[in-house]
Amino acid sequence: MSSKSDVKLIDSKGKRLDGRKPDELRKIKIEAGVLHRAEGSCYLEWGGNKVLAAVYGPREALPKHTQNPLRAIVKARYNMAAFSVEDRKRPGPDRRSVEISKVISEALEKIILTDKFPRASIDVSIEVLDAEAGTRCAGLTAAGVALADAGIPMKDIPVACAAGKIDGKVVLDLGKEEDNFGDADLPVAISPRTGEILLLQMDGHLTLEEFDEAFDLAVKGCHIVSEIQKKAIADKYKTAVAEVE
Amino acid sequence: MPIIASLKRDYLSKLAEQGKRADGRKFDEYRKIEIETNIVSKAEGSAKVKIGNTQVLVGIKMDVGEPYPDAPNCGVMSTAAELIPMASPDFEAGPPQEDAVELARVVDRGIRESQIIDVEKLCIEPMDKDNKGKVWVVFIDIHILDYDGNLFDAASLAALAALFTAKVPAKRFEVGEDYPLPLKEPPVSCTSVKFNGAVVFDPSLDEEEIAEARLTVATDKNGHIRAMQKGLSGSFTKEEIKKVIKASIDNGKEIRKILQKSIGK
Repeated sequence: MSSKSDVKLIDSKGKRLDGRKPDELRKIKIEAGVLHRAEGSCYLEWGGNKVLAAVYGPREALPKHTQNPLRAIVKARYNMAAFSVEDRKRPGPDRRSVEISKVISEALEKIILTDKFPRASIDVSIEVLDAEAGTRCAGLTAAGVALADAGIPMKDIPVACAAGKIDGKVVLDLGKEEDNFGDADLPVAISPRTGEILLLQMDGHLTLEEFDEAFDLAVKGCHIVSEIQKKAIADKYKTAVAEVE
Repeated sequence: MPIIASLKRDYLSKLAEQGKRADGRKFDEYRKIEIETNIVSKAEGSAKVKIGNTQVLVGIKMDVGEPYPDAPNCGVMSTAAELIPMASPDFEAGPPQEDAVELARVVDRGIRESQIIDVEKLCIEPMDKDNKGKVWVVFIDIHILDYDGNLFDAASLAALAALFTAKVPAKRFEVGEDYPLPLKEPPVSCTSVKFNGAVVFDPSLDEEEIAEARLTVATDKNGHIRAMQKGLSGSFTKEEIKKVIKASIDNGKEIRKILQKSIGK
């Protein structure tokens, strides 16, 4: 969060740079089952973000010492394509993507019924193809759909959305300039059925009141995205049924 | 795994003896090829190629860098491939393995040696006496999304389509106005594999797994050969090679049409 006072992020009518209202999400498109080899997959567009998620497993966890005799391990790998950002990113993991992979793995582990698959590994591959602020939320949301598509038993379909603060005002789902020049960013992932918080990060600064407002807004966003997730999964089967008939 | 492979080998070899393939194709027939261009807004150029179920995404990024002393007035190109775990249960994360390196090098050679990119037009400031200069560096990054056989053709084709949609981002680097990447007529690669005496084009994953030998032939629009690469430990006869080249020229023509349509030419 680097503040630049000369960048105006909200105009006098309360509209944001891309014309959105404070509590409005960017456009989201989700498609389930887009890859052939993966056991489950999802393609997701969220504003200018384009993300693919694929799931393999449950399969034997390798190397063997990583196995847990009581439950499955969940390994998410968040990766950005070299061409997904303005200045080419060197291929391979960096510290940022290792951290994001870790927090996403932990969020997914909470929601998957891991005790059904001792010694197994459930591998989730998240590829960011085009990046424009909010890729971790987009990635986790895509992973949720891919897991459901793979038929992995879960308590719920996890979903993520961020809220933040720009020009001193709490808004939903930060865009690119808002992320660069805003005051705070608060990505949240929840289990929409129970409201349990699976992932929470924040940078910038918020008062306690602002946090309350931003958190509630992020959760509200999660519920909207959750409906799009469910529709994407239902649509896949509708298409399949239509093809059979 | 060896048991499954030998069962597959028996099955596919028996079919081949009757002149058939498991998916009903003719020996020299490709699966359906689809090309989608300009899908990554952050990239200078991009294309996704589907050959059957195989999906490859290539993005082009450009940067301003130093020329090499042996080519002081020429732009630089660099090709990298990642066999990411998303694409196959057998791909692992980590530094590029030899398969990924071979793939990147074959695609790179096809573009570099046939001089598709007019590197002399990618010079911004020629190298001076102090060995300082400014040229464009073109990064071709190959991202394998779904691996169902024949990565060589899918990756080469995606790289070509991505290059042909690329714009030099001169404005962003404050060295003039954006302009299309200067390119020449491209050769098109066709890959075939041999097993049990049969030579089939555009191998499926199963065919690739039992393949004894592989041959990639790149031909240009005049029907001339521009690059070849033989792979794997098996061998070809001279007659087989000639037949493969002829079929590569014919297939190349069809693939070139699909490529040109996708880039709006």
